[in-house]
Amino acid sequence: MIHLEKIEKVYRTDTVETLALNSISLNVAKGEFLSIMGPSGCGKSTLLNIMGLLDAPSKGEIKIDTQQTTGFSDKQLAQFRNKKIGFIFQSYHLINDLKVLDNVELPLLYRSSTAKQRKELATAALAKVGLSNRVKHFPTQLSGGQKQRVAIARAIVGEPEIILADEPTGNLDSAMGNEIMEILINLNRTEGTTIVMVTHDEQMAKKTHRLVRLFDGSQVQ
Amino acid sequence: MLKNYFKIAIAVLKRRKFFTFISLFGISFTLTIVIVVAALTDHVLSAGYPDTARDRELFVTRMKYKGSKSGSDISAGPSFYFFEHYVSKLKTPEKLALISHNYATSTYINNKKMVTQLSYTNDQFWDVLQYQFLEGKPYTKQEIDNAEKVAVISESTRNNYFGNGVAAVGKYIETDNIQYRITGVVKNVPLSREYFYADMFAPYTLSKEDIHNTDLIGDYTGVLLLHSKDDIDKMKTEYNQMVAKIPMLSKDLDLRFTYADSYLEAFTRGLPFGNGADSGIGKFILIISIFFLLFLSLPTLNLVNINISRIMDRYSEIGVRKAFGASSKTLVYQFIVENLIITFIGCLIGIMLSFIIIQVFNRSNIIPDMELSINFRVLLFSLFACLVFGFLSGVFPAWRMSRMQVVSALKAQ
Repeated sequence: MIHLEKIEKVYRTDTVETLALNSISLNVAKGEFLSIMGPSGCGKSTLLNIMGLLDAPSKGEIKIDTQQTTGFSDKQLAQFRNKKIGFIFQSYHLINDLKVLDNVELPLLYRSSTAKQRKELATAALAKVGLSNRVKHFPTQLSGGQKQRVAIARAIVGEPEIILADEPTGNLDSAMGNEIMEILINLNRTEGTTIVMVTHDEQMAKKTHRLVRLFDGSQVQ
Repeated sequence: MLKNYFKIAIAVLKRRKFFTFISLFGISFTLTIVIVVAALTDHVLSAGYPDTARDRELFVTRMKYKGSKSGSDISAGPSFYFFEHYVSKLKTPEKLALISHNYATSTYINNKKMVTQLSYTNDQFWDVLQYQFLEGKPYTKQEIDNAEKVAVISESTRNNYFGNGVAAVGKYIETDNIQYRITGVVKNVPLSREYFYADMFAPYTLSKEDIHNTDLIGDYTGVLLLHSKDDIDKMKTEYNQMVAKIPMLSKDLDLRFTYADSYLEAFTRGLPFGNGADSGIGKFILIISIFFLLFLSLPTLNLVNINISRIMDRYSEIGVRKAFGASSKTLVYQFIVENLIITFIGCLIGIMLSFIIIQVFNRSNIIPDMELSINFRVLLFSLFACLVFGFLSGVFPAWRMSRMQVVSALKAQ
């Protein structure tokens, strides 16, 4: 589903050149639940961002669902992300000015759909994460776990084939973290969604199909 | 999508109330000034009492001679003789109204001197211009031909001379030691109706100027009323052909400029913009547009700064929207729409404020009898100004924001 070939990412300033990713090659199969671990600053999030086409590699190729994404325009990238990929972030990144339902509807705004369709799909996504009773709340009125569930609903509302989760349980206590993990595992099992998750938590990583470890920008496992 | 933008725009307004106040104050204050100036300009340039048929009128207001070698020139209104001997013989006009410039005359009321602005007219003047008679009627052609000392006075002249609302028709008014019998009283004309304002109107045959003087330069303004607005080009051509046949004043002054103009052309020709055959409309519009843009640029820059500060609060949202499928173009569109929503709210406040200011202006009588209003044209212009303002102040912040890298935006929180 995701094919990375010799991915390299270099951050340059006037005086310093930092190699964040060093020739990473990785295949993620369709329906796989992969976790990425490693110490802080080893390049996990950079790798996830590159997989999600949020950042461009300095070298290497990315194929998603057999499609070569190198050379995509801003518009093509936006459309591709919208259709294929859902994101879950450690700090949720919900829009506090919008109600829960509006937050979940967000990815649907960028594809052709009616307001009624958007509302139906967002309501269904919120039901999947058990938040049907928080539709009209604002994010600031929710707990951390609830916010992350809203973020999951937002990630799945457009029925993407891939979900990229950057430390989704990082800001949550273990009980909440387990709940979120259960939702992701369930999503992977029932919907067949390919999930790549960055985590610091060994226990969470063990629940996934495969673990990739990074160290200083290189894949060590 | 628009609903979502609207929700966000309102939420952003609520979020930082001080910024909102500064933004809305800047927008509404600017637009209030724009609307009041637009209402003033509209009043000056648009048809209105007593000149209501402007779409089928042409104005002859100027006669200019210039020496091609010496560079010297003479410029004034055309003479009565010019109108009588040349213009009145044209075939296209339905009627020709003539009115002289104002003469300041002295009228005494209870030994107190009052300046009365007196203009001389022909009989067709009363047919072309739709003065509202509060009492009586205009003087007739017969009375003009007989040089009878008759006059039409304005309402304020009547009130000053005879007392508020006291009937004046048939009574006499004395000015510059001449007694005029009043035939009618008309509703006041504001000073801004340059050609048609006077305290008192009298037949041209009473003018102290020699109306038989063959000079083409004088002190009259002519209004050519056409059968239809479709005759305008035909009228202009006929006028120009007629003027070309008139012998020149002297060898030194070998160029002559006089035109049958639309009101706006006549207006700009009277300003320093007009030059020879060029009425100066283009320069006038250019200068007004530059002034308008410069005037808008200061509050626009202010709003740009506020918008950039506001956008910095929204890095996370920008990152999320990009991550979930918004292209840079879509985000530019979103931020411009949001800015337009805010600008329109400011515009609504501006319209309300200008309505209040205009009411206060009208009641204060700063310029006597001048009634400003926010009509359809002014409203349309205000909306246009609002759009320009909203667009200009929204484009740069939106463009800057749209160039932000998704990863940087997401990290910024």
